[in-house]
Amino acid sequence: MQDDVVIRVVAKVMIPAVMLFALYVQFHGDYGPGGGFQAGVIFASAFVLNAVVFGLNKGRHVWPAHYNLMGICGGVLIYGFTGVAGMAFGENFLSFNVLADDPIAGQHLGILLVEFGVGLTVAAVMVMLFFTFAGRLSHNRLLSKSDAHERRLAPKSSPSKEVTK
Amino acid sequence: MMQHLPILQVLLPLLAAPFAALLRGRELAWGLTFLTTGAAFLISIALFLEQRALGTTLVYELGNWAAPIGIVYVIDAASALVLPVISGIGFIATLAARQLVAAEIDRRDHGLFYAAWLLTIAGMLGQVTTGDAFNIFVFLEISSLSAYALVAMGSGRDRRALPAAFNYLILGTVGATFYVIGIGLLYMLTGTLNLADLAERLPQVEETRAAFTAMAFIALGLFLKMALFPLHFWLVPAYAHAPSAVTALMASTATKVSVYVLIRLIFGVFGIEFPGLVDGVGLLVLTLGIAGAFVGTLAAIVETDLKKLFAQSSIAQLGYMAIGIGAMSATGLAAAFLHLFNHALMKGALFLAIGMIAAQAGRATMGTLQGAGKQIPITMTAILFGGLALIGVPLTAGFISKVYLIRALLEQDFWLLAGLTFVSSALALAYVWKIIEAAWLRPRPEGAPELSETPSQYMPAWIMVIATLGFGIYATPLVDAAFAAAHVFIPATVGAP
Repeated sequence: MQDDVVIRVVAKVMIPAVMLFALYVQFHGDYGPGGGFQAGVIFASAFVLNAVVFGLNKGRHVWPAHYNLMGICGGVLIYGFTGVAGMAFGENFLSFNVLADDPIAGQHLGILLVEFGVGLTVAAVMVMLFFTFAGRLSHNRLLSKSDAHERRLAPKSSPSKEVTK
Repeated sequence: MMQHLPILQVLLPLLAAPFAALLRGRELAWGLTFLTTGAAFLISIALFLEQRALGTTLVYELGNWAAPIGIVYVIDAASALVLPVISGIGFIATLAARQLVAAEIDRRDHGLFYAAWLLTIAGMLGQVTTGDAFNIFVFLEISSLSAYALVAMGSGRDRRALPAAFNYLILGTVGATFYVIGIGLLYMLTGTLNLADLAERLPQVEETRAAFTAMAFIALGLFLKMALFPLHFWLVPAYAHAPSAVTALMASTATKVSVYVLIRLIFGVFGIEFPGLVDGVGLLVLTLGIAGAFVGTLAAIVETDLKKLFAQSSIAQLGYMAIGIGAMSATGLAAAFLHLFNHALMKGALFLAIGMIAAQAGRATMGTLQGAGKQIPITMTAILFGGLALIGVPLTAGFISKVYLIRALLEQDFWLLAGLTFVSSALALAYVWKIIEAAWLRPRPEGAPELSETPSQYMPAWIMVIATLGFGIYATPLVDAAFAAAHVFIPATVGAP
């Protein structure tokens, strides 16, 4: 699809805007509609658009496979340890009142960190799902089980346009 | 630290899971899982002892938000009894998993395997601990989704694991959806999701059709999840084609947790006085339970694959738990709790022993067992004891739960049902005898794969066997705990023994 100049230029303009909007939805989620889940999906859609327009190889270059596991696990750990921080201050799990000097600021900080964890995990899961499905017939570490299947199919099916570039 | 135990019970395996996924080396991931499940087991025992000593309900408020608004974790006599079952089986299955997983799972997937393993344990512990109806659904999904992945990981060795996992996914999701529809109706009626609060507010709306529909949806969804006959078709292929360690973990815990949630919702929220409960759900559960006991036992008799055989027998054993629930009395519930506990032990022992054979021979069938009694006597003796406990032979734990089950039925003058329960238990002798005959009375055929055993292979199964015998010989503390659990839902004055 990178042969089409209109799509290429529009995508280049749109991708940063999509990411910025994702960050807005993420961090403005305390005050308006939004939050980690929506922001994560929007953020991931920027990578999906990039891969759709410029090809899977370039997409993977921007988002290498090892980001997946780090993003997914990292988000869960941020969420979990924000809750544990409350316990470290002698309160119950997920108690944010003690994270800052006054309870309201503490709740703000707590929910901000928790939502960031959610956003990170959701974004990584969405990108991983896209690359897993899009990359079925080419190389994919996460589908290592179907390697034999791939080797059988690869010579027959013509390599997709994105892969050969 | 002590006051944090209810949350740490769930939080430890939940937060260890991402670390396990990130650890590349398989020994590291196993070591972390081993330590975590061990700690979870100790926590559950501490909670059990604390609850028994205090005799009250331990409540933990998440984020310091109090009950009807916030989510609370509640440890009462019932959850305190079920937690050690799950975490204990999880711990011993992890002990065995080291060899089973090394034999059956691709080395690169070990980190992800143990992450899913920890998540499914965390999800099951969460369902038991939480006092919030929607939180149960969240944990139900956590444990189920990771269980689907665990079953599918059997595909490296056995491609049929993939359709089995897919069927399990579809039916499990239908079950979870039904449950959440029911919870949605209850929320619409009462405006609360807290289980204790729901139980308080439901009597005001109990004559409405919506409340009745909610009960039907919740019961049906959980019947699917606990694999009550005739909604059990996902269970046999899922257990048969999953990796052996996963079969041992799930067969002893997954369906039991759904039994617990069913009891918690039916008796703890709707309550025994809810219109239509005793003659509607009660009669249904009783009928399906006895039908399942017969269908499962008969199917097990004709089965030749050992994993499928004992999966079919699980259907029968779940039928007995359903009969205990359907008796709608304190003794019946206590029998259901006893059988939940005992069956977890015996099925754990059986599947761990069979898993060790399957990991060596590729498959565990009646043919694999021919003459195995001489080659691997210690493992086969574990299977023998597990089988005897399934029948309900005296001095095994299975006997205790059958005695209380039949007593509960006789209390209500269900003579026919008591007789049928006895007959179906006796029928189990047929499939256990089949195994004895194959293992000890037949010679080992020429060219059969060589089987061997080392202490580290049969020890996990034997821990369970010894527990089965121990709770069969000295059952008083367990029976007391089971009655305490039953009295949470049906006060001692109603139908006391």
